[in-house]
Amino acid sequence: MQKENWTSVIRPKKSLFSVNLREVFKGKDLLFLFVKRDFISIYKQTILGPLWFFIEPALTTVVFTIIFGKIAGIETGGIPAIPFYLAGLTCWNYFSDCFKKTSNTFIENQHIFGKVYFPRLITPLSIVISSLIKFGIQFILFLGVYFFFIAFSNATIAPNAYLLLLPILIVLIGLMGLGFGMIISSLTTKYRDLRFLIQFGVQLWLYASPIIYPLSITEGKLKTVLMLNPMTSILETFKYGFFGSGTFEWWMLAYSTGFTFVILTFGILLFNKTEQNFMDTV
Amino acid sequence: MSITRVKVENLAKQYRLGEVGTGTLSHDLNRFWHKVRGKEDPYSIVTDVNDRTQNSGSEYVWALQDINFEVKEGEVLGIIGRNGAGKSTLLKLLSKVTGPTKGEIKLSGRIGSLLEVGTGMHPELTGKENIYLNGAILGMTKAEVARKFDEIVEFAGIGKYINTPFKRYSSGMRVRLGFAVAAFLEPEILIVDEVLAVGDAEFQKKAIGKMQEVSDGEGRTVLFVSHNMGSIKSLCTRSILMDNGQIVYDGDTKTCIDKYLSANKSEQGKSLKDIETRTGNGKLKFSGYRLFNENSEEITEAISGEFLRISVNFDLYDKVNFEKVIFALNFKDNYDNVLVSFVTDEMGVKFNSNPKENIFDIEIPELMLRGGQYNIRLLIMEGSTDKSDFLDEVDNAFSITVLSSDYWNSGITLRNQEAAFSKGKISLK
Repeated sequence: MQKENWTSVIRPKKSLFSVNLREVFKGKDLLFLFVKRDFISIYKQTILGPLWFFIEPALTTVVFTIIFGKIAGIETGGIPAIPFYLAGLTCWNYFSDCFKKTSNTFIENQHIFGKVYFPRLITPLSIVISSLIKFGIQFILFLGVYFFFIAFSNATIAPNAYLLLLPILIVLIGLMGLGFGMIISSLTTKYRDLRFLIQFGVQLWLYASPIIYPLSITEGKLKTVLMLNPMTSILETFKYGFFGSGTFEWWMLAYSTGFTFVILTFGILLFNKTEQNFMDTV
Repeated sequence: MSITRVKVENLAKQYRLGEVGTGTLSHDLNRFWHKVRGKEDPYSIVTDVNDRTQNSGSEYVWALQDINFEVKEGEVLGIIGRNGAGKSTLLKLLSKVTGPTKGEIKLSGRIGSLLEVGTGMHPELTGKENIYLNGAILGMTKAEVARKFDEIVEFAGIGKYINTPFKRYSSGMRVRLGFAVAAFLEPEILIVDEVLAVGDAEFQKKAIGKMQEVSDGEGRTVLFVSHNMGSIKSLCTRSILMDNGQIVYDGDTKTCIDKYLSANKSEQGKSLKDIETRTGNGKLKFSGYRLFNENSEEITEAISGEFLRISVNFDLYDKVNFEKVIFALNFKDNYDNVLVSFVTDEMGVKFNSNPKENIFDIEIPELMLRGGQYNIRLLIMEGSTDKSDFLDEVDNAFSITVLSSDYWNSGITLRNQEAAFSKGKISLK
């Protein structure tokens, strides 16, 4: 009788918690190739190439400055309008990219997923990383504008020690987008309705986050509601660090951090449960 | 003693029929409600066999049921069966693309699956970038691909285009590149679906050669699905035959193929009575036909270079002097060119006057026809070959599908083409 020495066993239902992170780590080469593919393929055959990354937030900032700054006259908490909007938009774009793109993981990749197995988690992770590169480029634009305003305007811009939180903020944004995206992508394999909801849902969420206005100008119930939004403290902390004005509370940041990890854990578990049989329902 | 690489136990897979997305929420809620009360899933009780021709009324169907088999190291297992028999579903479960409903698959060793060539190749990336990407998708590390890169490029024969975007490649080049990457995978277990059906004959030969090399030389286990009996026969040591989601036969390849070819008898013994486009004086009419292999088992398809017996039945409507009868049978291509013909007076065949079963048996020891579909013309005359002496003539009585094989044992399957071939020898002087 031969000794039974199996390297893997395929069974019907995986337990909810059997997330194989070691397998994901083994696929790191694939992860980076996906990142490279996503990044290269977008701007092949364009003249401006990655410069398009600049154009999108720049034009949006101009539009925001005219509509919300000049016409509507919403104040920006003592910070010059252009860097104020750009700061919010740069962070928001990263969140919205992570969220929207990962929420299509199963549907967009059903062709590949239907033909070959690799740890599915790699796909949304690669989206977060390639979006991070895009964020990096847009962040450079923000820094350029930021230093321009420090040098040539007499506005009070006071960068401070809270800037050290920056890496944590970026990680939080990426992971929160990933968490939400994975939840939605798992649910869309069966119920496509969510796809439509996400398209304008993320758009509306932007207005519920302190991007075109600072949290400090809101009050009462409205403020409480805004503070429940996990993106609020991240955006406010970001601006507080760079401009020295805005709202910063440790407990608010702790709330966002906690929220992110709950969503992320839930997202990974749901995604992992969905991946085994989604080909039958997608 | 050789190691068991794959062990499949009581495997079953259920699919939902009809449109998914209508009523799924209510099914999900119902399922949840049963689960809460500790009852069995109300939708998995159905035990219908997957027979596409019958509408059982049930919304769920078993695409696979009670699948049990083992594959040892170095073994090449062929999986054959009609369309919809569950072959591809089985491969999908083995390659983890989708999960089973019941049962287990135990694997020992790394698994590489090739359900399609060139999965995930991106049109905008160059050939080189795609080799790395596709390699990684199939489970190779970057270092492994780098080590084999030159071999892959050479095998695919696309050296000149390596820095050209994939979208500029011809379809043949795409397939070659895709297969080349997969060919250099080094898993202990390789799963291959119908991929050899693509590409030209030269490529097919190369691909089959590579697979043989992999299983013989390197002792790897291969599971291979194909409709091409020729390649199954030349590659596989053992085969399983599937029908309606179940394993019908598990054993040596030759028997398995015979069983497969004889399994589908529903179109056999087809009546020739209803054919109206026929000429003749009506004293005798062809009424039906059947095909047999050398073991007198009824078959649906013939194989190049193998034994074939054609039985043609007829009905008598008047007295016929069989001593004067000439019977002819022609194999024609789709353009009505006669490729092979048997005519009894030329063959010196004399019939006795009183047939008992009213059957003409045409025995062909080696069917020298390439793979393809041939139309059969039947003709019977009494006395002379004048049109007025025709008893019955049916121009396209029926057609016979011939499956190509490796007649010359060269490793190359005869290319599919409606044409005859012959024994012979070619040398250069």
